[in-house]
Amino acid sequence: MSKAVVELPPKGGFNFDLCRRNEMLLKKGASPPSFRKTGTTIVGLIYQEGVILGADTRATAGSIVCDKNCEKIHYMAPNIYCCGAGTAADTEAVTDMVSSQLQLHRYHTSRESRVATALTLLKSHLFNYQGYVQAALVLGGVDVTGPHLHMIYPHGSTDALPFATMGSGSLAAMAVFESKYCEGLNKEEGINLVCEAICAGIFNDLGSGSNVDICVITKGHKEYLRNYRVPNTRAHFSSKEFTFPKKTEVLLTKIVPLREKIEVTEDGDAMEE
Amino acid sequence: MDLNMDLNAPHSMGTTIIGVTYNGGVVLGADSRTSTGMYVANRASDKITQLTDNVYVCRSGSAADSQLVSDYVRYFLHQHTIQLGQPATVKVAANLIRLISYNNKNMLETGLIVGGWDKYEGGKIYGIPLGGTLIEQPFAIGGSGSSYLYGFFDQAWKEGMTKDEAEQLVVKAVSLAIARDGASGGVVRTVVINSEGVTRNFYPGDKLQLWHEELEPQNSLLDILNSPSPEPMNI
Repeated sequence: MSKAVVELPPKGGFNFDLCRRNEMLLKKGASPPSFRKTGTTIVGLIYQEGVILGADTRATAGSIVCDKNCEKIHYMAPNIYCCGAGTAADTEAVTDMVSSQLQLHRYHTSRESRVATALTLLKSHLFNYQGYVQAALVLGGVDVTGPHLHMIYPHGSTDALPFATMGSGSLAAMAVFESKYCEGLNKEEGINLVCEAICAGIFNDLGSGSNVDICVITKGHKEYLRNYRVPNTRAHFSSKEFTFPKKTEVLLTKIVPLREKIEVTEDGDAMEE
Repeated sequence: MDLNMDLNAPHSMGTTIIGVTYNGGVVLGADSRTSTGMYVANRASDKITQLTDNVYVCRSGSAADSQLVSDYVRYFLHQHTIQLGQPATVKVAANLIRLISYNNKNMLETGLIVGGWDKYEGGKIYGIPLGGTLIEQPFAIGGSGSSYLYGFFDQAWKEGMTKDEAEQLVVKAVSLAIARDGASGGVVRTVVINSEGVTRNFYPGDKLQLWHEELEPQNSLLDILNSPSPEPMNI
């Protein structure tokens, strides 16, 4: 007798088949895999000529540091950068997505992107997901209307302030800002203050550490200072070099460039059927 | 980390918001504290948001919900103004807010006070608390700090106040609520709307009147450091 196989229609939407298994595992005591979070200290401040953003560079998965030098200052537009705290995947994905949307918008309007545009795109996306996209962002940039600095919370609310801090180290960094910030700082003072605030987070918060990244944005110009300060260099290096156990014999070397340069010429016949 | 969990709590506005009508217009007032759990996320926020040239709304409850609701209503009101050909009335603005609040009552957590001036009805205040009721009132209070103001308004409110009386009443009330409510604080912001237009005012927190048992604000640690060390205590 042949077994009759019932053809089920393909299920649309989400697949919850593994939920029961996960529940059973939880009951047995297995802990679910932890997300890679950026514990983080991120800050931003408005100074005389524009905006300065700062971030630490530690990424944690639970209590393990999984990346000692990650980049938390994400590119949104040539004149807009965004620091991200919270779940690393969420901050990367949401800033990438809005960065692409901004580029399309630039092509549509032939104009420089505005910070308010990026703000609205981010806030409506995060609100639609009701806080489940755990991305807390500090968005800063300079556009035709002037310098802007905004804080965006995972639930979709935003604040506009002259200085902002987010992440687990935000309390330490805010303490530095509250005591030392004043209006009309020049570039050097601004960078030093941002560095101090991030260092306060690095040394006093367990979720933040390693180096300081800084991004200075002014009208028509930006400076991305990766690893501006490196206060946590590795103290001891092993004197023994690492060698692979067996030497592999090289038989053939062939280098293929991944991107070909394509020449586009305007002339040419129109396509015909 | 407990502190971490608190920082990830939804951004809410503890808040004290007030709307008061007077002879010729309305005065809206609010504090400026936005908290995530026990941390003050923004000590200088602006909770009085513009909907149209002549209608403003005071927001309380979840910051995200109230910001998005007012953004949607501003957009609808703008369209409505274009279609109507004249400034929208306060009643229309309040109704739009009510429709969104009521129809999404399961998902939203925000209490709003709509206030403005139009040429048909003059100054009007509409309260739209959680759940989405719409209620027209001569004065409205909302937010966590409002609990401390019901008795105060029952005694201090009167019909037909002048603009200055109304504004002083609002500032005094917000200041009293700030003194007693932990979730309210910062500065007092007021917006006066009448036939002449809109005026925004700002009262810094350390310049407000002190109430029972409140201390003078200390500005600098240097004052304390420079004072002579106290005498050792004798048992």
